[in-house]
Amino acid sequence: MALSLVNFVVVIAAVLLIIGLMVVNAVIMVYAERKTAGFIQRRPGPYEVGPWGTVQAICDSMKLLGKQIFIPGNVDWILFFAAPVLAFFPVLLLFLPIPFGPYLTALKVDEGILLILAFAGFGVISNILAGWASNNKYGLLGAARAVSQSVAYEIPMIMALLGVIFLTGSMNLTQIVERQGAWPWQWNLAVQPLAFFIYVVSMVGETNRAPFDLPEAESELTAGFHTEYSGMGFALFFLSEYANMLLVCCVCATFFLGGWRGPFLDGFWWTFIKAYALMMFIVWIRWTFPRVRFDQLLNINWKWLLPLSILNLWITAVILKFVD
Amino acid sequence: MDAPDRILNSSFPLARSEVKPPLINIKPVNLFFDLNRAMSLWPVTFGLACCAIEMMSVSMARFDIARFGAEVFRPSIRQADLMMVTGTVSKKMAPALVRLYEQMPAPKYVMACGNCAISGGPFKFEGQYGIIEGVDNLVPVDIYVPGCPPRPEAILEGVFSIQEKITGRRWWPQPQEIPSEPPPAVAKK
Repeated sequence: MALSLVNFVVVIAAVLLIIGLMVVNAVIMVYAERKTAGFIQRRPGPYEVGPWGTVQAICDSMKLLGKQIFIPGNVDWILFFAAPVLAFFPVLLLFLPIPFGPYLTALKVDEGILLILAFAGFGVISNILAGWASNNKYGLLGAARAVSQSVAYEIPMIMALLGVIFLTGSMNLTQIVERQGAWPWQWNLAVQPLAFFIYVVSMVGETNRAPFDLPEAESELTAGFHTEYSGMGFALFFLSEYANMLLVCCVCATFFLGGWRGPFLDGFWWTFIKAYALMMFIVWIRWTFPRVRFDQLLNINWKWLLPLSILNLWITAVILKFVD
Repeated sequence: MDAPDRILNSSFPLARSEVKPPLINIKPVNLFFDLNRAMSLWPVTFGLACCAIEMMSVSMARFDIARFGAEVFRPSIRQADLMMVTGTVSKKMAPALVRLYEQMPAPKYVMACGNCAISGGPFKFEGQYGIIEGVDNLVPVDIYVPGCPPRPEAILEGVFSIQEKITGRRWWPQPQEIPSEPPPAVAKK
């Protein structure tokens, strides 16, 4: 057995820590997002509930906890309840191989990024189940959009990550961080800028955030796949959305921005600083750009990101071959 | 026939308001949840007429309903707590409004914004046939906000009143009373 008892205990402790991280992350990000939205639109945002509105997100979650759970008629209720849980649980697994710090890695596996990319597909399945089970035309349309969008944006994402994997010669996330230096010009960002750009665009598309939030486009599909969800079902979808955002930002920080290595004092704080800077970037573009149309969304992906990522991969392979 | 009778006799489905007693009735827990409900009233995106412009304006800069945690306009009624009936309710709209109200999960609150939603407003006259004279003929209303259309401050005040109705106390300071100007002096001959 590769997993000894110590490893088992470490993984259990890590899962508990990750649940805490997900909840704290959602509370902080809901507040930060609403506050940022306010500042971008020249208004204060949440202000009166608690000092500077800091209790606002907690009030919201408590209210959602006390809201009536509603099951519409003709609903496949097993899938209806399974979908939010399925959106929430795989994210726990996805955080395990992320190296937050030199000693803060729950599961040191050689194929860490493979594990993440394989289990990230569960998020799409939960969206399909939510849209299908709720017996609602808007829900089903949102689910169909979620599928085509996630499938499309996964491909350039993997291609962009492959460039870095070629460069490092490993799929182990810890090794990828260790091959990068401390200063920004020693990061993978400096040698793979195109891959970084492609990854950032696909990361926004993959997490269904604006301007690519077509699965829950308010103006066309009432609320997309979670139209029929009230109370905690909706809260779980929200929680997993923010957790997914943190996950893709952590992967980006690991692959392109040097992970836990920084100009001074290596440690897990660098991962969190870089990941949250990227999260604030996602929030910033959400409140700046209007939503794209669905054909535009797929055109960006199939006509631009995919050829560019193949080109990037090809150039990387050729240079590596000649350098060797 | 006066307005409620006419509506009752027509084929509109009417919303029933039945409040069942809670299963677990512990006072501190109730107070805690009521406080949280009052501090995050998510309105539904539901604009009917010109008062909806004021509803938009109250969520923008200068008035900013976000300060009180009520700016999350949910497009789906399942996630909303507060239905602001902003504007004239025509008889075409009435069944949709009743259906939306019944689809909203409890606890739910309704604010009648503007004179049309309160009583029919300027559209109420003898022989009119298209307008519901007051949304309280259709659904139970918690707070009436008068005005034609009401100022954004008045809508904010309506939100405060709903918070007061939920928790039993007013949370924000009363606005300063603006002294009314004396009528202009008429020159005597």
